[in-house]
Amino acid sequence: MKEDKASTLVRAMNQAGAKTVAAPEAPTPTTEHPPAPPAAKPAPAPILVIDNLHVALPTGGDRSHAVHGVSLSIAPGKTVCVVGESGSGKSVMATAVMGLLPRELKPSQGRITLQGESLLDASALRLRQLRGKAMGMVFQEPMTALNPVMTCGEQIDELLKEHTKWPAALRQKEILDILAKVRLPEPERMVRSYPHQLSGGQRQRIVIAMAVILKPALLICDEPTTALDVTTQKEILKLIAELQSDTAYGAPGALQSAVLFITHDMGVVAEIADEVLVMHQGRAVEYGPVDEVLHHPRADYTRMLLDAVPSMTPPPARPAPPGPALLRGEAVTKTYSSRDWLGRARETHALQAAALAVRAGETVGVVGESGSGKSTLARCLIRMIEPSDGQVFWGEAEVAHLGEGGLRPLRSQVQVVFQDPNRSLNPRRKVGDSIIEGAMNFGASHAEALALAADLMDKVRLPREGLQRYPSQFSGGQRQRIAIARALACKPRVLVADEAVSALDVSVQAQILTLLRDIRDELGLGLLFITHDLRVAAQLCDRVIVMHQGQIVEQGLTAELYANPQQDYTRRLLQAAPANISRTNT
Amino acid sequence: MLIPKLWRNSAFKFGILVLLLLLLLAVCAPLLGTVDPSAMDSANINTAAGVHGEFALLDGSAVQHIFWMGSDNFGRDIYSRVLYGTRTSLLVAAFTALVAIGIGAVLGMLAGYFRLVDALLMRFMDGLMAIPAILLAIALVSALGATLWTVVVAIAIPEIPRVTRLVRALVLTLREEPFVEAARALATPTPVILWRHILPNAMAPLIVQGTFIAASAVLTEAILSFLGLGLPADVPTWGNIMAEGRVQFTQYPGNVLFPALFLVPTVLAINLLGDGLRDVLDPKFAKRSA
Repeated sequence: MKEDKASTLVRAMNQAGAKTVAAPEAPTPTTEHPPAPPAAKPAPAPILVIDNLHVALPTGGDRSHAVHGVSLSIAPGKTVCVVGESGSGKSVMATAVMGLLPRELKPSQGRITLQGESLLDASALRLRQLRGKAMGMVFQEPMTALNPVMTCGEQIDELLKEHTKWPAALRQKEILDILAKVRLPEPERMVRSYPHQLSGGQRQRIVIAMAVILKPALLICDEPTTALDVTTQKEILKLIAELQSDTAYGAPGALQSAVLFITHDMGVVAEIADEVLVMHQGRAVEYGPVDEVLHHPRADYTRMLLDAVPSMTPPPARPAPPGPALLRGEAVTKTYSSRDWLGRARETHALQAAALAVRAGETVGVVGESGSGKSTLARCLIRMIEPSDGQVFWGEAEVAHLGEGGLRPLRSQVQVVFQDPNRSLNPRRKVGDSIIEGAMNFGASHAEALALAADLMDKVRLPREGLQRYPSQFSGGQRQRIAIARALACKPRVLVADEAVSALDVSVQAQILTLLRDIRDELGLGLLFITHDLRVAAQLCDRVIVMHQGQIVEQGLTAELYANPQQDYTRRLLQAAPANISRTNT
Repeated sequence: MLIPKLWRNSAFKFGILVLLLLLLLAVCAPLLGTVDPSAMDSANINTAAGVHGEFALLDGSAVQHIFWMGSDNFGRDIYSRVLYGTRTSLLVAAFTALVAIGIGAVLGMLAGYFRLVDALLMRFMDGLMAIPAILLAIALVSALGATLWTVVVAIAIPEIPRVTRLVRALVLTLREEPFVEAARALATPTPVILWRHILPNAMAPLIVQGTFIAASAVLTEAILSFLGLGLPADVPTWGNIMAEGRVQFTQYPGNVLFPALFLVPTVLAINLLGDGLRDVLDPKFAKRSA
């Protein structure tokens, strides 16, 4: 195990997992020294070895190295998960293995060896030969990983032409085979499809097909399921594990391929990893078998990461608050209609007859996958968009079809916090100016608003001096606090949080959730919490509403709904959430 | 923060230095050994460049003068005319850019934010763009008469549709930004949203566009003057100096070449300034040229 230290910087990417540890190998009493992966029998030579890798950052950054002395090795058939938050250097490390580091980043020390061949010494030409053939890669965002103007078949074919001398007929057969193997329906149709015609999950399967078609010894997955819904994530994780255990991979001696899996999600790690490397600020904090790291973490940082993952088990229900609904929707419907070139109307039912009510002091969660209509519902309720039908009440006032002028005097009642803290604050205004805007719109004088802003900075636990700074001088979590302060400045009765913690690292996420809970209790706010993350909803929400394809599928008290879901869809959703990590404290 | 970053950009540095030099020449023109640019001295017709001599002013007095760039066929000093012409060119460039950007920004924000305005305004702009810019400018100058202001307006109007389009596109993206939605949720009135949240975030590309408009305004003004449609002949501009020199270009090429020697670097400098600004203000483009 390496020592952890800190400085700050850099990149973020997201999550997802590689191969499964279907039956968690019996609680092996492993050796007590973590840096070496557990060696059992006469182990086959590792496929990938990273030895004391350093990647230097350009001078002038907050720290000298993006990756600072990280080592790992992956044996055939094994999956190593690299976990860390934004800026931990995990993606830089994966990129270094692929030889795709941006020019400003240079490996300054250490070795990367793939099947005995040093990658850092390899020429650009050699690396290109290796990529695709000896190492396959799966990235986070399948839409940008594919060329939008080529059919999926052409893209896979291009790869085969580059790396093999196979005749066209054989290539075609291999492509259809691999598409069937990654479980794409109707491979013949997929070959002719353009990326935009497929769903996110299907696109990621195409990318995976391209990564494994040449049976690479090493498969590198950089957050391959982060952009996907949980149910899709589950399937993709299963697929990667299956492809790996398919012994046809890894040409020499029919060895199984090795998987290097980058993720930020401890749940995914629990599902897929054999070994785990925890990174923080470019350094390896902990390295060991998955059971060890997840259940008996040695490093404080690992423990903190694990503790920050919300549990799937909701806390016991709180007594339902009395009082009238502060925010209420009745049969809220949103239909988008468009006409095709023949003038035929096409209707998209984004939201169908949804009803909900939020009372003072309670948190109502709306959960669902992308396209479920949860955001449309939120946007109708805060009247960013006008519902096609139904009623929306802010307190007593019915606002569903009011114009912007009619809404303005009422807007102080319902405020919103958005998902992306980088975009929810005007980059050209000082934080203080952003916060006082709401108060001043509702008649406060400049001095009153400033005093209020200072109070609010205390409330969201940021220094008051921050009012004089620009958003770019704050981290993502801090910006989300500022966004909360701004929403509170006009003294709302209901706060709508639209995926407000989804873009944050787990440790920051936990802090923001605590803040939201405290503010709700302190101010007696109603909180409407929109999220795709069932764990977060479990911990924060009193009641949960499950949405699917524009409709409310099920709703109920959080504890009851999680314990005893009534609908098939809810059950599937709950099962798909990455495994619970139960840690026995050491 | 921004200034040192700009200073490190060599295109910007070159552009700004050349422009500052030109500005200095324009402002200090009376102090730099010039004579009245409109004064004609029949004794000094078509003097060669670099000749020392005496120049008879309009009031009859004579001054010692060096004809750095010679004189034209009316006996006017080219050097003086070119320096004073710098004033015209820089004024036209600056005002045209300001007028086009100012009007274009307002129209673009309206079109980007209000659908009805968008439908009407953009069709009108499409119509305006269908007319060749130089023809439109010629027609406007002919209709309005030629003064500095009418020339500025005539050059600015054909640029307005382009600015409007640019701003409209920016606004269409910016209005979907969460910080704009947050401002709506905070009950900020629409004009304030446009002024406070949208315009400042559209400023960088606007400034860059402004420099390109300024560069083309210098050229268009020269073209108009060259065609005899620009400022009245008593105001020296690089364009009308060249136009008047054109007739005897073969014998006295200096009358065309000297103003051109100022015109070309001016346009180049403004364009480089714009490129530099764009690279620094808009990192998306900076990568490409890095």
